[in-house]
Amino acid sequence: MILPAGLNAYLVVAALLLVIGIFGIFLNRKNVIVIMMSIELILLAANLNFVAFSGALHDMAGQVFTMFVLAVAAAEAAVGLAIVVVYFRNRGSIEVEDVTLMKG
Amino acid sequence: MIPTIFFYLFSAILLASACMVITARNPVHSVLFLILCFLNAAALFVMAGAEFLAMVLVIVYVGAVAVLFLFVVMMLDVDFIALREGFQRYVPLGLTVGLILMVEVGLTVGGFEYAGVGHGDHATVMLPGSTDASALGNLIYTHYAYVFELSGLLLLVAMIGAIVLTLVERTPPRRQDISRQHARSVAGTLTMVKAELGAGVTLPEPREREIV
Repeated sequence: MILPAGLNAYLVVAALLLVIGIFGIFLNRKNVIVIMMSIELILLAANLNFVAFSGALHDMAGQVFTMFVLAVAAAEAAVGLAIVVVYFRNRGSIEVEDVTLMKG
Repeated sequence: MIPTIFFYLFSAILLASACMVITARNPVHSVLFLILCFLNAAALFVMAGAEFLAMVLVIVYVGAVAVLFLFVVMMLDVDFIALREGFQRYVPLGLTVGLILMVEVGLTVGGFEYAGVGHGDHATVMLPGSTDASALGNLIYTHYAYVFELSGLLLLVAMIGAIVLTLVERTPPRRQDISRQHARSVAGTLTMVKAELGAGVTLPEPREREIV
């Protein structure tokens, strides 16, 4: 399989996606849901790298690992959103700065 | 030539919608742009030869995870405008960190050189003439069987965890209990009271709990 625009183009796109995801975490420091979406973007960037290398090196290991990353990301999203829902029920807000229950 | 054009088209839409995910005012729009992001990433996956993973991305991510996000955003009654306070304040810090990271990644990608790992002597090499799904299936049920089972177990644990976290214990609603209704007798429920003239009646305690 020949990558349409070369491996480097994939790597650049994935790097930009990673930076956008991290920028998103800094930008939305209060909103947990958008932070979780940013984490999804970061994981997507990692997956893009895995798939690009898998295509370039003719090796299926990258795709296998991408599948496991997808599974872990789905589990993370489910549990994270459950925690957000429980937190909202208890505190009536989802601001990150309100998470002070564990403070001594 | 045409695949290259489409690659850049999909990449541009992917990056633009990723920017919209993190800057949209309304979190519902964020989720919708996230879906657009996943669709374009699936297109890039197809171009890299990972058709099965592209379909998984569309089905699992757009079909389940993004809808889960949408569900939570719509279920929580949060003042999302108030959450955007300080949005401007964090831009410089975020841009600084993003730029530093971009330079680092750029240096890494720029200095990247393919070391030329030997082909053909390990199990994960793509065989010509086999589809992506069959190659992936051949691997995950043989070489990666334990890891595959483990990921299934992880999903089970995550499912149970999410259910346990969000389960609300309520007092049960009033339900019809057929056996109790049948077990009622006249003696158990009906009380004859002799009313004194002009004194009124004081009702005795019911002998059985009231049955709806």
